[in-house]
Amino acid sequence: MNGISSGFGAWNPIAWALLFIGILVVGFFVRSRGNAGYKRGTGQTKVFLSGNEEPDASAALHVRGRHLYWGMVEGLSGYYRRVKELHTGVLSDYAAWFVGVLAVVFVILVLVR
Amino acid sequence: MNIGNLPFVVAALLVAFGIYTFLFKRNLIKLVIGVSLVETGVNLFLVTLGYRTAGIAPIYTFAPEAERMVLPTPQALTLTSIVIGLATTALLLSFAVFIHRHYGTLDVRKVKELRG
Amino acid sequence: MTALTNHAPVLLIAIPLLGAFAVPLIGKLGRQARNTFVGLIALITAAFAGLLAAHIFGQAGAPSLYVLGGHQGFGIPLPSGLSVPIRIILEVDGMGAFMALITALIMLTGAFFSFSYWKERSGGTLFYSLLMLLTAGIFGMELTGDMFNFFVFLEITSIAACGLIGFRVWLKTSQEAGFKVMALYTLSGLFVLLAVGLLYGQYGGLNIAYLASALTGSTIDIVALGLLLTGLALKAGAVPLHMWAPDAYGEAPAPMSAVLVANSQASLYGLFRILFTLFGLTISVGALGWILIVLALLTIFVGVTMALIQNDIKRLIAYSAVSQIGYMLLGVGVGLAVSAAKPDFGFVAMQGGIFHMLNDAACIGLLFFVSGVIIRATGTRDLNRMGGLAHSMKWTSVLFIIGAFALAGVPPFNGFASKFLIYEASFKLSPFLAVIAILSSILLLAVFVKVFQAAFLGAKQEGIGGEVPMGMMVPMVALALVVIVFGLFPGFFVDKIVTPAANALWYGRDAYIGLVLGGG
Repeated sequence: MNGISSGFGAWNPIAWALLFIGILVVGFFVRSRGNAGYKRGTGQTKVFLSGNEEPDASAALHVRGRHLYWGMVEGLSGYYRRVKELHTGVLSDYAAWFVGVLAVVFVILVLVR
Repeated sequence: MNIGNLPFVVAALLVAFGIYTFLFKRNLIKLVIGVSLVETGVNLFLVTLGYRTAGIAPIYTFAPEAERMVLPTPQALTLTSIVIGLATTALLLSFAVFIHRHYGTLDVRKVKELRG
Repeated sequence: MTALTNHAPVLLIAIPLLGAFAVPLIGKLGRQARNTFVGLIALITAAFAGLLAAHIFGQAGAPSLYVLGGHQGFGIPLPSGLSVPIRIILEVDGMGAFMALITALIMLTGAFFSFSYWKERSGGTLFYSLLMLLTAGIFGMELTGDMFNFFVFLEITSIAACGLIGFRVWLKTSQEAGFKVMALYTLSGLFVLLAVGLLYGQYGGLNIAYLASALTGSTIDIVALGLLLTGLALKAGAVPLHMWAPDAYGEAPAPMSAVLVANSQASLYGLFRILFTLFGLTISVGALGWILIVLALLTIFVGVTMALIQNDIKRLIAYSAVSQIGYMLLGVGVGLAVSAAKPDFGFVAMQGGIFHMLNDAACIGLLFFVSGVIIRATGTRDLNRMGGLAHSMKWTSVLFIIGAFALAGVPPFNGFASKFLIYEASFKLSPFLAVIAILSSILLLAVFVKVFQAAFLGAKQEGIGGEVPMGMMVPMVALALVVIVFGLFPGFFVDKIVTPAANALWYGRDAYIGLVLGGG
């Protein structure tokens, strides 16, 4: 009743949640066996910025939205340049897409008939 | 006089002109006119569907025999569609007025702050 | 109680419609009276949706008929002795009731969220009036059994939705979005009307059941199908017809963006109804299914990759909403592509696609509400100028994580349950489909990590108030509960409501036709 089955695979969230909690417990157990010699307010707790000096204001450490995934977007720049060109913001282009899709759908439907 | 399929041709032409206007004109008001043209074409198509040669409309006190009666469904559809068209045209035109107020232009190619 | 259940289909349309026109009058009595009235209307409407769903799912999703106007044999008594039955038919089956539940959930939470969200702003009366009108239109699309009424309700939702997008005339971009969306909605609506005219001209009827029984699959039918398919795909926001969707969802007030998504889903429902019930196997379903699958893959991939580069929080969530429409199209498209042979995995795909509608509505509603909270707290929509909200809004950030994980399909939330069915079934048809779907889900998680990092993490900023008021918290928690409960007990809901809904499309054509025409 609780899980779902697709006929070739099954998914039971309650079993999954129990397993998840079990793994968490094991994780905390392993953590509790660790070395407790941890000193606050020393160099151990400082932010490590590839060896650079840490800025004073912690706000300067916040990575802003624009900078996230910069590398990925740069890597896919060919794709993004093309797909951004399609979103021109001009209403006539949007309507042209509509008419174009209509034509393609007609051609396919008439061809396969 | 029998005009045959002429109304259907006119309806198709109106729709085609409307789409042409919508795609290739730059003024927002003309775009609205294009939408209106498409709508007129569709309305004409609906009305034409309901036309029967020598048919009589069934007004409550004067209903003809069954063979000559025209079921007034397409006319009812057209009336509804005209009313809806009025509402959409009014809404579109009022948006156009406010766009002119904010952007200072009605050129569809310059009203593109929302893109990407 | 039975009388109320019997009349529920028409009351679902009538109550919000009357409410829409009464709100401006009641608004004259003051803000408190207006909000009480809107809340009451929303609660009553949702109660009727629940009643209708209980009735329909009680009979395992079998269709139910509601006749407005003349009953069987009763017509206009003409002096010539002729009697023509003039009536309007509402026909509800499992799928319609399922959609009504979704709409009721989003409308109810949206209205209650707005009471608090829209407190200090002007234009509230207009806002609630349009919300009620939009709700009436969506219910009409989902419950009607008549093609022309479907068009009328489609146009009602178009007008009300564009009113909601553009009623703040002092905002520059909202006017631009309103014009674009309205123009495209009208154009697509007119093509739908043209298709309805083509069908009427051939068969002399407008009733879906009658048309379905009479369809022969002639060339004109195919043309009508193409017009309906493209017109409704535009209103649902399938790529490459999606360009209006980020404008619409992004520029509407945050709680209303969720209702606009419900509106898109209603168009999707109309598309499914037309493909399965109206046309059924009179056409080449394989090709149609593949058209849907191609649209779905484009929608999923382009939606999620465009979301990744947005810096406006509303537009970002809007693009992810677009990508989710693709999953529903994929599930049902896979089902349609194989529906001639009716193998098991086709039905599983349908279940997944339909289940995802409900899950998506709950998650995307929650995310749009949270985005409203963020915009209200920071006064900006720009992700680059936010940060540190988690310091003052702990519960909101937890709710955001729940919504984002659920939408990205992270177990054990509800999005995973439906996506699991879609992945498995589409893998059976072609592994490529499943690969794109899973990859895009992972990218979607990355998209929400971006929002979380930009808005909630970082140093505490000045001038941010505390946690959101109770009035906004309760609807968000309600949606989060839906997300969690549907995630933890998917088997129960799939059995009780999703399977009857999928059955109604997959096997229910004969029952749908037979109920109106007799026999069958």
